[in-house]
Amino acid sequence: MELLQRFLKGEKPAIARVITKIENGTDPKLLEDIFPHTGKAYYIGITGPPGAGKSSLVNAIVPKLLENNKKVGIIAVDPTSPFSGGALLGDRIRMNDLALNENVFIRSMATRGSLGGLATKTKDVALVLDAADMDYILIETVGVGQVELDIAQVCDTTVVVLVPESGDAIQAMKAGILEVADILVVNKGDRTGADRLILEMKFAFELRVHNTGWHYPILKTTAIENIGIDELVSTIKSHREYLEKSGELEIGRKKKLVIRVNELIEERIKTHLHDYVIDQKQLKKMIDKAYDRKITPHYITDEIAKKIF
Amino acid sequence: MEKKIRILIGKPGLDGHDRGAKVIAAALRDAGFEVIYTGLHQLSESIVEAAIQEDVDIIGLSILSGAHMTIFPKIIDLLKQKNAEHIIVIGGGIIPEEDIKKLIQMGVKRIFTPGAPTNEIVDYINSIIH
Amino acid sequence: MSKDIWKEKFSKLKERDINFSNLSKIKINPLYTPDDNKDFDYEKDLNYPGEYPYTRGVQPTMYRGRLWTMRQFSGFGTPKDTNNRYKYLLKHGQTGLSVAFDFPTLYGKDSDDPLAQGEVGKCGVAIDTLRDMEILFDGIPLEKISTSMTINPPAAMLLAMYIVVGEKQGVPKEVLTGTIQNDMLKEYQAQKTWIYPPEPSMRIITDILKYCSENVPKWNTISISGYHIREAGSTALQELAFTLANGYTYIDYGIKAGLPVDTFAPRLSFFFNSHLDFFEEIAKYRAARRIWAKLMKDKYHAQNPKSYLVRFHTQTAGCSLTAQQPENNIIRTAFQGLAAVLGGTQSLHTNSMDETYALPTEKAVKIALRTQQLIAYETGAANTIDPLGGSYYVEALTDKLEKLTFEYFDKIETLGGVVPAIEKGFFQREISRSAYEYQKSLEKKEKFHIGVNLFNEEEKNIDIELLKIPEEVEIDQKKSLKKVKKERNNSKVKETLIKLREAAENGENLMPRILDCVREYSTLGEMCGTLKEVFGVYKEPIIF
Ligand SMILES: Nc1nc2c(ncn2[C@@H]2O[C@H](COP(=O)(O)OP(=O)(O)O)[C@@H](O)[C@H]2O)c(=O)[nH]1
Ligand SMILES: [Mg+2]
Repeated sequence: MELLQRFLKGEKPAIARVITKIENGTDPKLLEDIFPHTGKAYYIGITGPPGAGKSSLVNAIVPKLLENNKKVGIIAVDPTSPFSGGALLGDRIRMNDLALNENVFIRSMATRGSLGGLATKTKDVALVLDAADMDYILIETVGVGQVELDIAQVCDTTVVVLVPESGDAIQAMKAGILEVADILVVNKGDRTGADRLILEMKFAFELRVHNTGWHYPILKTTAIENIGIDELVSTIKSHREYLEKSGELEIGRKKKLVIRVNELIEERIKTHLHDYVIDQKQLKKMIDKAYDRKITPHYITDEIAKKIF
Repeated sequence: MEKKIRILIGKPGLDGHDRGAKVIAAALRDAGFEVIYTGLHQLSESIVEAAIQEDVDIIGLSILSGAHMTIFPKIIDLLKQKNAEHIIVIGGGIIPEEDIKKLIQMGVKRIFTPGAPTNEIVDYINSIIH
Repeated sequence: MSKDIWKEKFSKLKERDINFSNLSKIKINPLYTPDDNKDFDYEKDLNYPGEYPYTRGVQPTMYRGRLWTMRQFSGFGTPKDTNNRYKYLLKHGQTGLSVAFDFPTLYGKDSDDPLAQGEVGKCGVAIDTLRDMEILFDGIPLEKISTSMTINPPAAMLLAMYIVVGEKQGVPKEVLTGTIQNDMLKEYQAQKTWIYPPEPSMRIITDILKYCSENVPKWNTISISGYHIREAGSTALQELAFTLANGYTYIDYGIKAGLPVDTFAPRLSFFFNSHLDFFEEIAKYRAARRIWAKLMKDKYHAQNPKSYLVRFHTQTAGCSLTAQQPENNIIRTAFQGLAAVLGGTQSLHTNSMDETYALPTEKAVKIALRTQQLIAYETGAANTIDPLGGSYYVEALTDKLEKLTFEYFDKIETLGGVVPAIEKGFFQREISRSAYEYQKSLEKKEKFHIGVNLFNEEEKNIDIELLKIPEEVEIDQKKSLKKVKKERNNSKVKETLIKLREAAENGENLMPRILDCVREYSTLGEMCGTLKEVFGVYKEPIIF
């Protein structure tokens, strides 16, 4: 198979094409072919509200990750317009410094209907970059302004980026933030309010301990001036070391596989139900009845369930 | 999942007039395409590299600075060098008729001149991709 | 009484089935009457020309005293090519020069820079060093003309070159007259020719303000430009509001830098667009004068009446011209030029019909110049001051634009001022949205553009002559740059560049250092590159 060979040789057009096929779901076998080559990369997630500086941070930390001839794959997710199904993907603008680097591969993805911070296929696309011999994979979430849980289900280290302007929102999101974050970053350190936010966060988070036993570091950065970047990168690296030494990396990755399998089962069941179990014509009739308040949605569900159980 | 048409909209060179490029980008999004926008002041090399990594079907370049006879051939050339000739190149801008003829001969698929309605561009893209 | 009768009759009759609104989406009534100017107070709202709040004009005499300056923007190819064009224009009655630079120059890049390839001399003249500037003004006595230079991030360098050319001609800098655009705020908002981030850009601008107020007192230091905001797709209202907001921001920064407002405010001038909606444009100029004067007096407490004045240059709207049926552009331009004159402009550029295709040919430029001469000498529009003053419609529109402008000021204020609003992408988003909506309204035929969506004709080859810039221009320009680099004293160049760097770091005024660099024939790219090392580069926010 020619594409796969070129892919395994690391040719960028081939990597790009494999991603497209995985993203479009046009070649399910491909994932099987590449899966044995995955598991080597370290996954880093960058999440946070829109405009927090996620892309700018990626642009700033990647040069550090590239040291010692390492390779970095970047996935930047932007929202699909619910009205047209189209998308405007602009994260590359911030990453122009990296565009021509041999050891960097950047791919923009549209959410295509997924409601979380990632596209449904982002996890699989990350596997593609993993198989393509990347040492690090960086995933930037959409940034919908809420906690995006799905990112932590893919990444080994998740960085939550906040900015002075997002101060108020933090209280509301507190619990959720701790669920996804391994490292907390206050970006736009040059803006007034940054230090106050750090203090507030220290107050709220510092005594908390992650269920892996890890203490949440709280860092300040100014992405556009490259300030605080060294520390962020070394903190990511020490988190990795911590996970590796404590065995939490393996535990975490196995957990992620369980989650993935569960997701796939759900997906499979749903498609199966839709395509084979539910008679759409009959369903439509029942819906009409439910609309006229003659039967209940629960009754319809029971009728369908009878076919399975 | 169905295949989505992916298009890179690029502004090579130094002119900052991105009004047209942005209007087109928004219109293409509204027509259901995935549009990768690379921003202003891009080297031809960066545009081609981005197009390859994003596996786009089309590169659309907006050039209003008069540098079209330098930039289009360079892009076409780089695509050839990198085995990415399958990516279609189209363009828009203030480009005189006789230059358009030359560019088409060099391999640019289509040039839209100012005033072209966005739906004409959308229809054109649908017709060449499907 | 009788108005009700008319209303009654009107409502029974059929109106044309179109959306009666102007380009700022302000709804237009079928008729304006004294009712629309109810609170009107002649002395407070209009007053006499040359009197506060200057609604009717900035001078007492206006065109009865002197016509506007006819200033055609031009430049292309090598400095020699442009020098020839300038001599042609001066011979045909043009009264001021206006230099168009090519993109590499506008962006502070030398002609041999990789990003400059294919763009040298294309959309303007290429200037790399003082040598080019000497050629550009060869045989043109700087004490006799005023020169406007459309240049922004490298404005300090080009002004320095002009000053040194003056020195070499024996013209002291105190008598030089002209303008540099030097308006970085609208670059971040609309025109997008930037090098450094906003704060260092503002520092360079205040350095220029200070240097000029002491050394080049007749120079217009900033041309606060709505033109490009409009060309990027804004409405007339946005053009007006954003331009004035930018103007006040320069005032704020000047004051913050320790300059008394009356030492630099009189040297600020404005540059507006003249677009398709005739009356809206006229109202826009009138509102601009009144708003600016009010805040300069009430908020900034300027004492010198010159600080209150909106003196402005107008260019007809390039973006309103069509590639289709290009001869129609002559007519569009004539209406737009007339609107600018009825709005009291101080100088005017009328576009050439072929500008959507290329730089204009001599013939097209001549027609464009003749268009303004026609307005001046044939139409009678210049016979009386502010002929539309008192028109129910124009006064109501002027009031409306003023009111909506203050609403925009409030919004900008809420965002923390102009610079933070730029960082948040406010202006960029507003402008992009207007551009997109306008395009959509053309496609839905809610607005019309003849030859594009109305009365279109089968496309045929255009039969107007086009100016082509030969490829040799770039080659020649690179050759002459190489020659200058070889012949100059390179160790002196290095020395002056180091001094420039130090000044950038320690906050000393940059102008004297830039003048030293220029005298040694440092290139534009070298000077801007040096400052870039200290100031960093700007990255555009992602906004659609
Ligand atoms: N002042 C300041 N602005 C920043 C900083 N980091 C990013 N920005 C700006 O914030 C805006 C949004 O940044 P971006 O990286 O696109 O954010 P994202 O939406 O989270 O990916 C851009 O205009 C950046 O230039 C910072 O540290 N300080
Ligand atoms: Mg981003």
